[in-house]
Amino acid sequence: MFIPRETIAQAAGHGPVKPMRTRLLQELRHNSPLLGCRFDPSGRYVFAGAQDNSVQRWEIYSGRKTAFTGHRSWVRAFAFAGNTSPTRERGNRAFSADYNGRILFWNADAENPTPVQTIEAHRGWVRALAVSPDGRLLASCGNDNLVKLWNPENGRLVRELAGHEHHVYNVAFHPRGEFLVSADLRGVLKQWNVAQGTQARTMDCSVLFRYDGTFRADHGGIRGMCFSRDGSMLACTGITNVTNAFAGVGNPAVVLFDWKTALRTRVLRPQANFQGTGWGVVIHPTGLVAAAGGGNGGALWFWRTNQDQSFHTVTLPNNARDLDLHKDGNLLGIPFFDGAVRIYDIAPPVL
Amino acid sequence: MKPFYACNSPEHAVSRRHFLAGSIAGLGALGFADMIRASGEIERRNKRVLVVYLAGGVSQLETWDPKPGTNTGGPFQAIPTNVTGVHISELLPHTARHMHRLALIRGLNTNMDDHGGGAYIMMTGRRRNPGESYPHLGAVMSKLLGDENNPLPGYIHITPGSGSGSFNRGDAAFLGPRYASVTLPDGNPPANLTRPNTLSELADAQRNDLRERLNNRFMQTRRSADTEAYTTSYDQAAQVMQRRSIFDLSREPSHLRERYGNHDFGRHCLLARRLLENGVTFAKVSHSNYDTHHENFDFHIEQLGEFDRTFATLLDDLAQRGMLESTLVVVMSEFGRTPTINRNLGRDHWSRAWSIAAAGCGIRGGTVVGRTNDNGTAVVDRQVNGGHLFHTYFRALGLNPTRNHYADGRPIPMADPQANAIQEVLS
Repeated sequence: MFIPRETIAQAAGHGPVKPMRTRLLQELRHNSPLLGCRFDPSGRYVFAGAQDNSVQRWEIYSGRKTAFTGHRSWVRAFAFAGNTSPTRERGNRAFSADYNGRILFWNADAENPTPVQTIEAHRGWVRALAVSPDGRLLASCGNDNLVKLWNPENGRLVRELAGHEHHVYNVAFHPRGEFLVSADLRGVLKQWNVAQGTQARTMDCSVLFRYDGTFRADHGGIRGMCFSRDGSMLACTGITNVTNAFAGVGNPAVVLFDWKTALRTRVLRPQANFQGTGWGVVIHPTGLVAAAGGGNGGALWFWRTNQDQSFHTVTLPNNARDLDLHKDGNLLGIPFFDGAVRIYDIAPPVL
Repeated sequence: MKPFYACNSPEHAVSRRHFLAGSIAGLGALGFADMIRASGEIERRNKRVLVVYLAGGVSQLETWDPKPGTNTGGPFQAIPTNVTGVHISELLPHTARHMHRLALIRGLNTNMDDHGGGAYIMMTGRRRNPGESYPHLGAVMSKLLGDENNPLPGYIHITPGSGSGSFNRGDAAFLGPRYASVTLPDGNPPANLTRPNTLSELADAQRNDLRERLNNRFMQTRRSADTEAYTTSYDQAAQVMQRRSIFDLSREPSHLRERYGNHDFGRHCLLARRLLENGVTFAKVSHSNYDTHHENFDFHIEQLGEFDRTFATLLDDLAQRGMLESTLVVVMSEFGRTPTINRNLGRDHWSRAWSIAAAGCGIRGGTVVGRTNDNGTAVVDRQVNGGHLFHTYFRALGLNPTRNHYADGRPIPMADPQANAIQEVLS
């Protein structure tokens, strides 16, 4: 069901979380396929990166759209730091990174945004960014097999973390801030001690990787990764069971790790057969896991963490390429191949 | 169109082997015009061809004809090359330093989006039609340029993957199986190159002697291209056994092996160079795979990451050995890939506006011929097809593509008479 714009703000997210009643709340349109999206910390905006090299910002409830231009390639990585209230003088800071190795710094609330700073961060693609819980470090990862830590105030390199042997697909700070996890093409997860820059542990997520001997190519990678808010669980998503890399024949999956033991606890799969890739995953504060993906169409899946099979699937209008959870915990943002960011309400009011 | 030597075809009336043998041995007795003809023949014999085949269809937008900043361009940038004004994809930084050796043909429209059909066009210079079968470029060059006294096959195809080698008689069509390709899977030498320990040298010689006598008796009454090829294959095998070190890459300096790359494609290209150096006329190295309907960009990073450095090394190595000017090098696929990026970040088959690259013998390096529109969906200048390419290869090698083959006495043009050479890329 599509909700008229004027009633969105009143209607959104006022009930208990009920995935079975997920509904489309808002559709925000751009004219180029989208690759990734994130809500800003204030919850006012959703940012998305497009295949036209632009970043688009929408005010969620009004739908007002603003273009952030300055990247020279596709953008899929976002992070935010600074004040969570847009009324304060400094405002939010947004960071976006592209497939040309650059990170751009922005004032997230700017009416006419221009890059505040640009850093040449990596050789090749930057696929993910993360800001530490205290806001003092910005992490990036790239196709140069490196993870880098930056000062988000001035863009200076703080530390370089070397050790991955393949493209690094994702980074995420543990909620307590002491550790950072990076994840690569072959599903090697490395836990880094942030203060010391040393590697603490590794985790095995190779179930999300396969070398396709027929096409002689690697396929996989951790396309989405997140911690639970209490830090007890880490979730990774991507593609598993690949039988034909070049046709994308495989199945989406979410791999859960217990943070205490660093062991894999579950591999979550869609209940119904779906061919494609999981591109984004979130762990809801209630403990539910949601992932979105695409292949032959798009889908949004919900799991309970004590079951391997999804308990609910929302069929999406086309291929989903990321997933983010609004700070209020009741809205999901999904960017699509068709150029739209769609906002889904997973806690619709009880009528 | 199977050749029987009972016919009076010109091919048989003056066998090339006998012509060459006679002309070389009796050079002193020839007249001036004959000497010129003979020396031209010898010169042609020292030319060879190397095809690097990017199997599955490499994306022209991620290689030779980038369109950054357009709706079809993808995430990659164009980088300058060492030829002013010529840009190629950022995925080819090493190759970009060899642009002075390369000619890019950016106006290719083969109009065939099927793997088999596209490959046929690129290998034969003609569209596949029912009832027709044309020889592959390798077979043609093996016949026209090959030294028939060389024991190695004239046309060798090095493929990735395991399996046993194969003899692909269909590649030669009416030229006869002698010129067909031999496949070396994973670059492995032909099996059983060494005499088994259980077979003594004397027993081996006696067996071969018996085989030769039986063959000779059979061929007195039943000689055909097939029987000759069969006999020749034994002779070749025996001689290849004596030259098996050609396949031993450990004989190359370690630093050179390192430059070629510690992966299959690197090893296969190095093997191709050794084969060409030792008299093989036509080597084709397939690099797999580029059929990227899904996640085209990730896969092109991976595959071209292997291709780029190896190919640049190959050009350097050939040049340093003085072989490049006599070796036509062509980088091709069966087609390109769609400018449109599909919902799975892939590109599909696209043959209406794509590119190839060539270097070496007869090629004017640093040239770009043909142009596509802003987002690469159509050729807007100097459109060519597979027939034009075939003519161009002939001319680059100093051969006349308007001559005929003869099958059962019937003349068959060596290259499509409706096409002609792309003169702009010829030196």
